[in-house]
Amino acid sequence: MSNAPVINGRRRFLTAATAVVGGVGVAGVAVPFIASWNPSARAKAAGAPVEVNVSKIEPGQLIRAEWRGKPVYVVRRTDKTLSDLAKHDSQLKDPKSDEPQQPEYATNEYRSISPEFLVALGVCTHLGCAPTYHKGDFEEKVEGVTDGFFCPCHGSMFDMAGRVFQSVPAPLNLVIPEHSFPSEGTLLIGVGQGEA
Amino acid sequence: MLMNLFTSFMGWLDKRLPVTDAWNKHLAQYPAPKNFNFWYFFGSLAMLVLVNQIVTGIWLTMSYEPSNAGAFASIEYIMRDVDFGWLLRYMHSTGASAFFIVVYLHMMRGLMYGSYQKPRELLWIFGMLIFLVLMAEAFMGYLLPWGNMSYWGAQVIISLFGAIPIIGDDLTLWIRGDYVISGATLNRFFALHVIALPLVLVVLVFLHILALHEVGSNNPEGNEIKKPKGSVKPEELSKFTFHKQYSEKYDIVDAVPFHPYYSVKDIMGVVGFLILFCWVMFFAPEGGGYFMEAPNFEPANGLKTPEHIAPVWYFGPYYTILRIVPDKLLGAIAMFGAIVMLFLLPWFDRGIVKSVRYRSKLHLFNLIQFSICFVVLGALGTLPATPVYNMIGIVASFGYFGFFIGLWFYSKNEKCKPVPERITD
Repeated sequence: MSNAPVINGRRRFLTAATAVVGGVGVAGVAVPFIASWNPSARAKAAGAPVEVNVSKIEPGQLIRAEWRGKPVYVVRRTDKTLSDLAKHDSQLKDPKSDEPQQPEYATNEYRSISPEFLVALGVCTHLGCAPTYHKGDFEEKVEGVTDGFFCPCHGSMFDMAGRVFQSVPAPLNLVIPEHSFPSEGTLLIGVGQGEA
Repeated sequence: MLMNLFTSFMGWLDKRLPVTDAWNKHLAQYPAPKNFNFWYFFGSLAMLVLVNQIVTGIWLTMSYEPSNAGAFASIEYIMRDVDFGWLLRYMHSTGASAFFIVVYLHMMRGLMYGSYQKPRELLWIFGMLIFLVLMAEAFMGYLLPWGNMSYWGAQVIISLFGAIPIIGDDLTLWIRGDYVISGATLNRFFALHVIALPLVLVVLVFLHILALHEVGSNNPEGNEIKKPKGSVKPEELSKFTFHKQYSEKYDIVDAVPFHPYYSVKDIMGVVGFLILFCWVMFFAPEGGGYFMEAPNFEPANGLKTPEHIAPVWYFGPYYTILRIVPDKLLGAIAMFGAIVMLFLLPWFDRGIVKSVRYRSKLHLFNLIQFSICFVVLGALGTLPATPVYNMIGIVASFGYFGFFIGLWFYSKNEKCKPVPERITD
């Protein structure tokens, strides 16, 4: 071997070129393997919008809808609940909803399109458990706040606009999904206001 | 006659594959320190459990159905209708917990006797990789029964990846293959659990043993049985014959061949282990709700979170570290950091003396407080999060991380006792 006529520069060039071409090939082959982990066309189709009749919800009542396999909480808030919301701003992490946890049209003090209806994903922003609705007995968790949501997993707490309280593990307010009211009493989850 | 046949067959084989040579190199003529104690049972026990998991796992896949609609029902089918299906499943589920028990004890041995120190850093790294893959394997396996705790446990762990800035949400979507944990997630976890990770695990175990036999076994004294060639008087040398790979390079003292000395000792360990194992498997397969959790006897339900989500006990320590941090990203970093610390242990320890027998009182204390903190963290991980428990968790977490930080500071100039040259007991 040592006596063989070797042009090292050419050999290095060929080695590098082969490695680069091989590397591109490996990257190309990796694409289908990685992409096959994305949601399939069937899973995407199952993520279609969901329609909910909200005309029969009692004031203060919560109903659960299912959208993309996640629970969506719809609460008809009373006037008292709405007026109480501003009172505990100082105890919240993000009282003004600065984090983009809601669509543009729901970025307001009630985090909703119509103040009456709270539409929020019932998925704790800590690790995805479903918070439970405490109506009237929330004061044992937070003094001076009568209603709210409490996550049984790690004790995160949210108010009646889905805003997270301070010193709990959840970092963000509950997510307000894209939703709209195509007609009086009908809620469409998954399609934003003015989109369809 | 039969013996002659066997000898000539082995001769035929050895010309084509180094069977006898490998047997001698790794078993019959492998020099092992003569003073292995109780703590040295757990390596071979871990291998026994690995074999148990692989064999029972293969048999379980014969009746298990990895689908959203069929998974939970197929487990009930295995438990009730398949002959001895209940036994195969309990062997597998009890084996999972047993695996972590023996691995944690095996790691404890490494900590006590400094088996991670130079020149065994890579051996330790392979061990830690095995531990990491084992955790992934156990986590994915826990989803397969498709009970409600399977579902919500996976929900919590996959959400951890959502804490990564920018790509987090897309990454969790990619891992799940759906907007929620669904049949798609179950199927890919099944594939990883039964094919991908076991292959990786077996390769890592092979490398772990190969690396062990290259550097040689440590022992409770923390000294070396391989002395420089020519430094030992002939009458002091070990009386046994060792494979030339070891004896040509070194003078070997205070050693016995692994087989039959430690193969027999390990069989003793296996007997003791199997008595305990079978007792749990037959009389308490649910491990008091710690090996199999109550909510997992209900099918997965994405709309109903169990009252109290607790991981299986072996994830407890790391789960506690995750949740005492009141920030999602920092919590996840602390949890993974706790495992990274273990990986870096050979470099945190700047000391030369290996065994706790000859190290300072401070090191002994540090090791004890670390063990206590680890157990406390594990216990807390299975309990609900209350303010008092969180306070204890914070203290124990400081103890956990403090072990490594403290070690780095004091190990450089630690006051140790002189380590004996030879193994005397």
